Amino acid sequence: MRFRNGILAAFAATVLAFSQGADAKTFKWAFQGDVATMDPHGLFETMTLGFQAAIYEGLVIKNSDMVTVGSLATSWESINPTTWRFHLREGVKFHDGADFTAEDVAFSVDRIRSEGSDLKVIAGMIKEVKIIDDHTVDLITPAPDPILPIQLEIFYIMDKDWAIEHKTTTATNLKGGEEGNYANLHANGTGPFMLKERQPGIKTVLVRNPNWWGSMVGNVTEAVFTPVGQNATRVAALIAGDVDMAYPIPVQDWDRLRSAPGAKPLTGPEARTIFLGFDQVRDELLYSNIKGKNPFKDVRVRRAFAHAIDIEAIKKKVMRDASAPAGLMVAPQINGFSEALNERWAYDIDLAKKLLAEAGYGDGFEVTMDCPNDRYVNDERICQAVVGMLAKVGVKVNLLAQTKSKYFGKVLAQNDYDTSFFLLGWTPSSFDSYNPLSALMACRRDGLGAFNLGGYCNEEFMDLLPKIQSETDQVKRQAMIDRAFQIHKDEVGHIPLHQQPLSWGVRDNVSVSQRPDNVFDLRYAIKN
Amino acid sequence: MFAFVIRRFAQAIIVMLTVGMIAFSLFNYVGDPINNLVGQDTSQADRVALREQLGLNDPFFVQFGRFVLNAARGDFGISYQQRRPVSDLISERLPATLELSIIAAILALAVGVPMGVYTALRRDGFLSHVFLVISLIGISIPTFLIGILLILLFGVVLRWLPTFGRGDVVDLGWWTTGLLTASGAKALIMPSITLALFNMTLIMRLVRSEMLEVLRTDYIKFARARGLANRAINFGHALKNTMVPVITITGLQLGSIIAFAIITETVFQWPGMGLLFIQAINEVDIPVMSAYLCMIALFFVVINLIVDLLYYAVDPRLRIDSTLVGTHG
Repeated sequence: MRFRNGILAAFAATVLAFSQGADAKTFKWAFQGDVATMDPHGLFETMTLGFQAAIYEGLVIKNSDMVTVGSLATSWESINPTTWRFHLREGVKFHDGADFTAEDVAFSVDRIRSEGSDLKVIAGMIKEVKIIDDHTVDLITPAPDPILPIQLEIFYIMDKDWAIEHKTTTATNLKGGEEGNYANLHANGTGPFMLKERQPGIKTVLVRNPNWWGSMVGNVTEAVFTPVGQNATRVAALIAGDVDMAYPIPVQDWDRLRSAPGAKPLTGPEARTIFLGFDQVRDELLYSNIKGKNPFKDVRVRRAFAHAIDIEAIKKKVMRDASAPAGLMVAPQINGFSEALNERWAYDIDLAKKLLAEAGYGDGFEVTMDCPNDRYVNDERICQAVVGMLAKVGVKVNLLAQTKSKYFGKVLAQNDYDTSFFLLGWTPSSFDSYNPLSALMACRRDGLGAFNLGGYCNEEFMDLLPKIQSETDQVKRQAMIDRAFQIHKDEVGHIPLHQQPLSWGVRDNVSVSQRPDNVFDLRYAIKN
Repeated sequence: MFAFVIRRFAQAIIVMLTVGMIAFSLFNYVGDPINNLVGQDTSQADRVALREQLGLNDPFFVQFGRFVLNAARGDFGISYQQRRPVSDLISERLPATLELSIIAAILALAVGVPMGVYTALRRDGFLSHVFLVISLIGISIPTFLIGILLILLFGVVLRWLPTFGRGDVVDLGWWTTGLLTASGAKALIMPSITLALFNMTLIMRLVRSEMLEVLRTDYIKFARARGLANRAINFGHALKNTMVPVITITGLQLGSIIAFAIITETVFQWPGMGLLFIQAINEVDIPVMSAYLCMIALFFVVINLIVDLLYYAVDPRLRIDSTLVGTHG
């Protein structure tokens, strides 16, 4: 093994030497990609942040029931609509022995504002930090923000002195230079695990932090993470026992895992909703044979499309019964979900044809559909199924399925939303409905609607949005969220399809907690 | 001779520049790196700023010129994905690929040559036919499938060998090797067989046909007539004369082994340059892609140059011709 951080390694080795013996549990797991960086402010990506949660901690954390509980903060209250006061945990030390204080919180807020940081959206939620004393800190928001605490799980705290000593006071920057690069390969957090070895793209090794302030269910003492890109190799490694857990497992391998001795699949619905969208902004579609007008501007056409989708067939044939059909743009685990609104449009081909005829497209029309082929579970196959279903009502869809780099390069804002009809998926990072409402369904202005690829826009909806953001009364807020979703649903702004399945594989002697946002939390990993 | 070397050198540089330019212009069509560099909640303004900062809005020749000037100094930029200098990445990953490729090449020679000799000497034997059938399988089954089948058999069913990765490696400063540890050596077996199989069969067939031809020549007949032992004839004379084209082909194939280890490395998650390249393509990590293509072009050019020079040194006819031309002038 290569030992880059000699001191930590020696420390860990000594500690482990004493705690070795009956208690040593090495847990090996594999994912399809690598953790992008060890810098907690380097990339806003679920997998990377989820991995770093073993090393770094924030003020709050979500437990296995997805409830926000205190982590580095023991309690918090709103002392006025724009100020949240956090009481910090005492006696917490970083891995290098330094004390955790309010100063580190303030420093971390500055760091996520820095040029290389990808967590600037979190920085945008915090206007100012006030240090009240060593263990009390105030976070002041630019506007009343009643949900600030639940969004801070991924805001990790770094030690100010360590960062200054290693010249990493700004987040890892792509342009290079020495600044920030130390945190790219090294870590010093408050979490239950310390970074022992980091070989990007090859292997990352964590060891238990003997001075951790908390207690956890898991019993892992050493954790070895390896990315394994090929699906077949990853599944083979799991079955052979070279890894204790592997994800994602292709849906078609579930039966193989069930019959293999020693391993089994672990599945459930993910909090990611897959949906279809239409260009509703342009006067003439970019990729259609209809000239002079845009069929998707007519709600009857959109409703016809909704009625033409046979979601049960998709669930059964494409997703092998593993998906959960959805009528709402958010999953049941998301704050703001409403069962009543989750009902789908009925599968009715005749009604679809009738609606199209009423709208003047009795002979159907042609349109190109954009779809990724390696981003969501069976994404290309879902699109192919949709193409077949729309053909039955007279709409000829030309499917353009490409790898995610090219797909997103084409359909996103920086390429001017170059699409007419598309498939997309979304997990709200905050697990609250305001996130998809503002990013996916809001009109594209004032920084909102960044991922509203079709440009759906409704003014009553936009009136509700800021109120939803700042309303503290949960009942009133839910009513407004329901109203917003209802407006969007009546107008068929998008067609939600389903929640895709989580697909992990575990050895039989291992128990893990599977979070609906596909994050693997080492705190709950038990190896027997 | 000197003029010959200078000429080849100049040609090499032209080849490198052309490859670089083609590779660079292709990168306009591979997708958008920005979306892979930021999270889904990153604002539009930040994405635009990042684009500007990385120089992705500059015209093609400006970007290419910048790249060539930096590459000449050995600076291939910073990897978009790993946020580290590309030259660091390459120096870390190159030993893995080279070790695998060289072992595969040696394996291909060590197995291919004896098999070729045997099938040439005993043309109609049963074992010969078995070897020829195996060689057909080796050529027709895709590398990917061979790798997966080996993993299933030796990794999953028999549990003799590790299913992926390089095992423990020993760091020798500028080189890392898996040969000195048990897990490293075990990890080398399946990938090197997978990578060697195609070349093994190629060499076997080449040696066989060359030897069959050499065994029919006059000097072999005279040697037999003189009463030399079979062993002396077959190995001392026939095989030696067969080896010249074999060495040429092997040398050239070494370049393609190194370049096309991509598939083997992907199947076995072997931490080499090929895997790095595939990951770079998926993430649109342009600095790494450019560096890899230039490096491979360099390998091919250098190997070809060495092979040409060896030819010149080994084959006396080439040397005599040029002298004759000189005297006629």
